[in-house]
Amino acid sequence: MFTPTRRVLAALVASAALTAPAFAADLVINFDDLNPGPKKGFDDAVAAFQAANPDMEIEVNNTDREAHKTAIRNFLTADAPDITSWYPGNRMAPFVNAGLFEDISDLWESEGLNESFASIKPTMTIDGKQWGVPYTYYQWGIYYRADIMEELGLSVPETWDDLLAACGAIDDAGKDCFTIGTKYLWTAAGVFDYLNLRTNGYDFHNSLTAGEVPYTDERVVQVFENWKQLVEPGHFIENHATMSWQDALAPFVSGDAVMYVMGNFAVDGMKEAGLTEDQIGYVPFPTINPDVERAEDAPADAFFIPSNAQNKENARKFLAFIAQPDIQTEWNKTIGQLPPNANAEVGESKFLQQGFETVSTAAGLAQFYDRDAPAAMAKAGMEGFQEFMLNPGRLDAILERLDKVQARVNRQINR
Amino acid sequence: MALSPWLFLLPGILFFAVYVIAPIFQSIWISFYEWDGLGEKYWIGLDNYRELLDDDRFYTSLKNNVIWLILYMLAVPLGLAIALFLNQTVTGIRLYKSLFFFPFVISQVVVGLIFTWFYNPSFGIVGKLWTFFGATPPAILADETLVTYGIIAAGLWPQIAYCMILYLTGLNNVSPDQIEAGRLDNARGWKMLWYIIIPQLKPATFIAIVVTVIGALRSFDLIAIMTQGGPYGSSNVLAYYMYETALSEYGYRMGYGSAIATVLFLIMVVYISYFLWRMYQDEKS
Repeated sequence: MFTPTRRVLAALVASAALTAPAFAADLVINFDDLNPGPKKGFDDAVAAFQAANPDMEIEVNNTDREAHKTAIRNFLTADAPDITSWYPGNRMAPFVNAGLFEDISDLWESEGLNESFASIKPTMTIDGKQWGVPYTYYQWGIYYRADIMEELGLSVPETWDDLLAACGAIDDAGKDCFTIGTKYLWTAAGVFDYLNLRTNGYDFHNSLTAGEVPYTDERVVQVFENWKQLVEPGHFIENHATMSWQDALAPFVSGDAVMYVMGNFAVDGMKEAGLTEDQIGYVPFPTINPDVERAEDAPADAFFIPSNAQNKENARKFLAFIAQPDIQTEWNKTIGQLPPNANAEVGESKFLQQGFETVSTAAGLAQFYDRDAPAAMAKAGMEGFQEFMLNPGRLDAILERLDKVQARVNRQINR
Repeated sequence: MALSPWLFLLPGILFFAVYVIAPIFQSIWISFYEWDGLGEKYWIGLDNYRELLDDDRFYTSLKNNVIWLILYMLAVPLGLAIALFLNQTVTGIRLYKSLFFFPFVISQVVVGLIFTWFYNPSFGIVGKLWTFFGATPPAILADETLVTYGIIAAGLWPQIAYCMILYLTGLNNVSPDQIEAGRLDNARGWKMLWYIIIPQLKPATFIAIVVTVIGALRSFDLIAIMTQGGPYGSSNVLAYYMYETALSEYGYRMGYGSAIATVLFLIMVVYISYFLWRMYQDEKS
């Protein structure tokens, strides 16, 4: 009775085993950006790697960023590629802690990445080990309409008082000072990061996102008091909660709003919408507390080796390859961002030059609120920021709620 | 007892058990754990439920679910009204009927997108209309007091069409004899509708209410498209809140999401038991 079934089963297993190797490549890479620029940068790098390793069979799966975020949990456990793109900081923590990412400290050692990637090493490190190789990062700051500022006779703000005065003047001219789109929440976190970094400094910001300081702490309250000075006079555009960051480009391009706290990727959108490079200016977020050293948000994107990868040798080869200065130079020229390798060259665009200047002289680099803080905390925090921007009067209630979430998240992490 | 009915039922029962019944118990079981979907599970007993009781977002979602259930019911009388209006013999009535049925054919995702544009205060029709009368347009989807009503209005559009089609088919089966008899007894207008037509439409009404309640409880796609529960969680309903905590980008709290799912399940069980009980009563008589 049992023999036939067993025979069928055996045949099934055998056929599965036979078909599997036919599809297996020597290196499978999952990437997460289909936008023309980033796709080309990635494809070029893979092509260069293929040229250096002509015998290697490379398979590339490039998906949309949001789809990648949902898919990664499945493919890391079920059907792991040899390389996957992902984000450093707290965003890689769940996978590192679950043992799904490979420790590549040995590669950092043998390829000398500890030196050439020294500035970005802390965000790639958990438990004293390195888990990935970053291929790009970019600066944040204030992008402003240089032509309008000139027209209004305003100089570029360097201190908080400058900024408030400039916003007042812009307001008098019938325009909005800042554009922002908070529908997807994270843009508000950029503003919060900078206000906190400038008011309380890098170390405090890290303690806050690490859950060591409560949100009702008077130093955090001070951050929101500063923020209030922009919110209450209406220095942010109205209806920002209905807009994405791309929607918020419209008032900037039309000249109804003059400044935008954003990452460098926004420049592409501004230019596509018809602004020339001369009309756009970049300035680091102004000083608030002069005693605090200047730190910046500079999120990086990186590649990781899943623990369940089939071809770890080839994967290591690929990571070593893309860590090289010339590859990083080319790649970031194509996508208009900064190469994390200190020996690579920065692109010639003025935004990259200024951005590199800003980032390389900073006292510390934060990743971004939703990468520095644990995910559950980040979600609640960013909702709180949005609620504060719409209802600044509810500050106390918001901060108390954030404390509650923080206490819970801490409890879970320490378990 | 005959074996063959059970044999025929077996595949159905098997799939139902594996894909419906088992997951229900599984998620109730997970709701007693804290689990990120990857690492270790930690048994925390009723802690997730205790947290629910202290969670503002949960109460907002629950309240919104109730608002959805109540306002979505408008689809039933409105669908009936349109069905009665369209139930006449005029040239081209088939065309009008199909035009009214059109919103139900469109995917909910598209409905959500279109209404998001409608509501946009700067370029949407709502914004234009308000500006035309010299008022400042409301940002409906960014206003915590309006947002849920805005989404429900979007959902009602196809739901009314659905109820309408149910009633149109129902009206075909209304017996002309009884209408004739009613006429002879001098019933017309409201009386005719209330005492002659509506009682005969009872099966259609029953189905319309059932699908509307179900539509209100699974009001997930519109929220996902239009606001993602925002601004700051004020348009959440339980179904979306569950998805957000368990499966979205910043979520992966499987235990807590399961606890929300369990609460939603209990609400549905109450409703479904009432529904089954009604059906049983009807069949008895």
